[in-house]
Amino acid sequence: MAVGSVATQGRTTQRTWAQTAIGSWVTTTDHKKIGVMYMFTAFFFFLFGGVEALLVRTQLAVPDNGVLTPEQYDQVFTMHATIMIFLFLMPIWTGFGNYLVPLMIGARDMAFPRLNALGYWLFLAGGVVLTLSFLFNAAPNAGWFSYAPLTEATPGCLTQHISSLTAQGQAAYAATQAASGAQGCFSPGQNPDFWIIGINLLGIASLTGAINFVVTILRMRAPGMTINRMPLFVWMIMVTSFLLIFALPSLTVASFLLLFDRHLGTHFFQASAGGDPLLWQHLFWSFGHPEVYILILPAFGMISEILPVFSGKPIFGYTFIAWSGVAIGFLSFTVWAHHMFAVGLPPLAQAFFASSTTLIAIPTAVKIFNWVATVHGGRIRFTVPMLFALGFIAMFLIGGLNGAALAVVPFDYQVTDTYFVVSHIHYVLFGGSVMALFAGIYYWFPKFSGRKLNEGLGQWQFWLYLIGLNLAFFPMHILGLLGMPRRQYTYPPNMGWDTLNLISTVGAFVIAVGTIFFLVNFFITMRQPRTMTDDPWDAYTLEWATSSPPPVENFKSIPLVRSRRPLYDMKHPDNPDWRNEH
Amino acid sequence: MPFRSNVNKYGAALAVLLCAAALGAWAHPPNILNPHGYVALAESNLFWFILIIATTVFVLVMSFFVYSIIRFRARPGAPEPVQRHGNSALELAWTIVPTVVLMGVLGTTIYTLLYAIQQPTNVPTITVDAIGHQWWWEFKYPNANVTTADELHVPINTVIHVNLISDNVIHSFWIPDLAGKTDVIPGHDNYMWFKSDTPGAYRGECSEFCGTQHANMNFEVVVESQSAYDAWVANQQLPAATPTSALAIQGAALFASKTCIGCHVINVKGVPASHLIGPNLTHFGSRQLIAGGVLDNNPQNLATYLRNPQAVKNGIDMPDLNLTQSEIDALVAYLDSLK
Repeated sequence: MAVGSVATQGRTTQRTWAQTAIGSWVTTTDHKKIGVMYMFTAFFFFLFGGVEALLVRTQLAVPDNGVLTPEQYDQVFTMHATIMIFLFLMPIWTGFGNYLVPLMIGARDMAFPRLNALGYWLFLAGGVVLTLSFLFNAAPNAGWFSYAPLTEATPGCLTQHISSLTAQGQAAYAATQAASGAQGCFSPGQNPDFWIIGINLLGIASLTGAINFVVTILRMRAPGMTINRMPLFVWMIMVTSFLLIFALPSLTVASFLLLFDRHLGTHFFQASAGGDPLLWQHLFWSFGHPEVYILILPAFGMISEILPVFSGKPIFGYTFIAWSGVAIGFLSFTVWAHHMFAVGLPPLAQAFFASSTTLIAIPTAVKIFNWVATVHGGRIRFTVPMLFALGFIAMFLIGGLNGAALAVVPFDYQVTDTYFVVSHIHYVLFGGSVMALFAGIYYWFPKFSGRKLNEGLGQWQFWLYLIGLNLAFFPMHILGLLGMPRRQYTYPPNMGWDTLNLISTVGAFVIAVGTIFFLVNFFITMRQPRTMTDDPWDAYTLEWATSSPPPVENFKSIPLVRSRRPLYDMKHPDNPDWRNEH
Repeated sequence: MPFRSNVNKYGAALAVLLCAAALGAWAHPPNILNPHGYVALAESNLFWFILIIATTVFVLVMSFFVYSIIRFRARPGAPEPVQRHGNSALELAWTIVPTVVLMGVLGTTIYTLLYAIQQPTNVPTITVDAIGHQWWWEFKYPNANVTTADELHVPINTVIHVNLISDNVIHSFWIPDLAGKTDVIPGHDNYMWFKSDTPGAYRGECSEFCGTQHANMNFEVVVESQSAYDAWVANQQLPAATPTSALAIQGAALFASKTCIGCHVINVKGVPASHLIGPNLTHFGSRQLIAGGVLDNNPQNLATYLRNPQAVKNGIDMPDLNLTQSEIDALVAYLDSLK
């Protein structure tokens, strides 16, 4: 009404803030726009963390290299992991979930749209806090796991540190550091404080998202979409959300206890005052291992959507895949101490955690077999999303097998905290999560933007990624076996480590070139007109039953669902799934 | 990016390290799969076991996978795929088969863990305290009253029980050729053990991130015959040698006057041994390594180190004492004479 009356006074256009180009994004509560903001922000952090990875690999390309000082290296390797985990993978899955879950279940939005927006802005705030730390020369530098007591400080020594920086300068600080070390003052800088504040902002953001997903999935499904007919991506987002809700409190508690130690003079993790450094590790890893599945389960979900479409047949063993995801979710809370086999736990306790870790390998193996069986007997279209999905299976298989080797406790004594573990996590998180992510990006890009990414450039990216990641991460197995510990800013020559490190660095740059191919592809594609139909891939799920991109309300009318592949049913009225599903 | 700029300092460190490299610090690079100790052997056997299983699984799954991809690629005229939703019997089978295989691996794991690699009792055992500092290892032989640094001497065919002690941050004690690692945690009475039947010098490393110089917290384990070990212990138990050359006598005086004694102990006859924050230097001249394994112990390296320790190993407690060249020469002569 106000706008209309302004127009009658002779001004041609008068838009509210919320209608401007920027304002429409800042004020939005539309799950699709929030999803896009999550994805763009997280992808920016992927590039940021990628540059840090290149710095790490450049420093380690040759022995005794001097590209980074030890202090810089510690900040860069810590922030590489922190950014890739908390600012890239977690939020980019939230972004895909935000965009896709309501569409896939036939809802008009998330259950709590404004909470959804709050989650995004908290995520952005957490990201800003963590990255601004570089400007204060105080980026977190004790690893993404922030082990106490390395991250400890007593309040007194913090004050001393700050005054020495301003009044007496670096030299005086160095002189006092030796004395303060004995008092439990190992991180007098603000580095761990940036980590604690940033991580907790991100934790709240993830919790809001997780609660929103659970309520949306449980309460807002279209008529006929029973739990047992939900797309597997939705299943995995639901399991992931429950993991977040139950795992994050442990991290919150741990990080606040550390904050209290540092600023209020408590001693939760200081052995000299009756605390226990292992308390930190137990609390951290009871978050940290479910976290690993938080990073990979959405990838499982995406693969389970993409393989069937390009194989031309339904997922093989929907029930097994869905419930193995649930089994992984439960078991993931029982395996945390396999990160701690070398800390001197009683042998029987180690045997317990070896057993639970072995158990969790079973549902993971089942998933791989089901995916292979989905491809088998199909009519495979080698589109770029399918290439990435197939690459995911092969690379994740390696990550699963070398992970199973780490559950062999006595062997783990040798390779834990070496490059063997670095290899394992990168086969899982890059060969697994990132390959699945790009499968998802290429697959849903037409839905998000109304445009299809260039196939030729996409194939280049796929092969560069596949070759690059194996060059980068396979030699790390051997480096671990040759006794190279992790998190070293340098290494001496004559150790047999030189060539393998150089190959790994070359691989990292091959991956970087692949990423440039993607960026070029993105910008070229976005200059094209929107030509996509509703269903360019001949897909099965509801997000393809609406326009590309979808309208604000998602669907003109909420569809009725009778099987796991509602769109297949619409396209094959002669032989619908609901007649054949078991 | 506003990192602390330290280019010159670091350039000097680089030059020093390159010199050390030219001298060949480690004649014997570590290799888990070339074990020289009882525990490491058991651990490497497990590796070959799991490698065979993992390779078999990988080859089988990938063969079928690649075959399926090629066989079922979309070709002109390829038929509409059969819309199979699953096969419960098949799925149950491929749940059970990996379960059986994994239980076999688990059984082997638990047997090795609970029995094969537990420290044997009722056999002659030497106890050593390994103390992790930021960033060097101190070794004490409580039964022999010996204290040293950077270098652990043990006899062959003897169980070595290592108490792992830290009063600062968490470290991890690792000798890849002899045994897997155990963390060194403040407030925890951790230990590890090993036994070797092959004389030699093996690289030891800190493998838990412990701060700026985590990369340079290495040590050497010298496994030697019983007689060589006994001779070594007998020598280490002696008080420090009395300097004889004029230069060394001058160095001894400087050691006292230049505040070295604020941090370092040199056991002198008749004075009870005390403990300070730096390494005990009583038999410094007999050691192969200095500064947490960063440098080989020779006069040139020691002189470089004394000129500015922070340039060799940035962030350590030892400050730059602004010594003159003649002071450095005297100190090197003195320390080198402490065999």
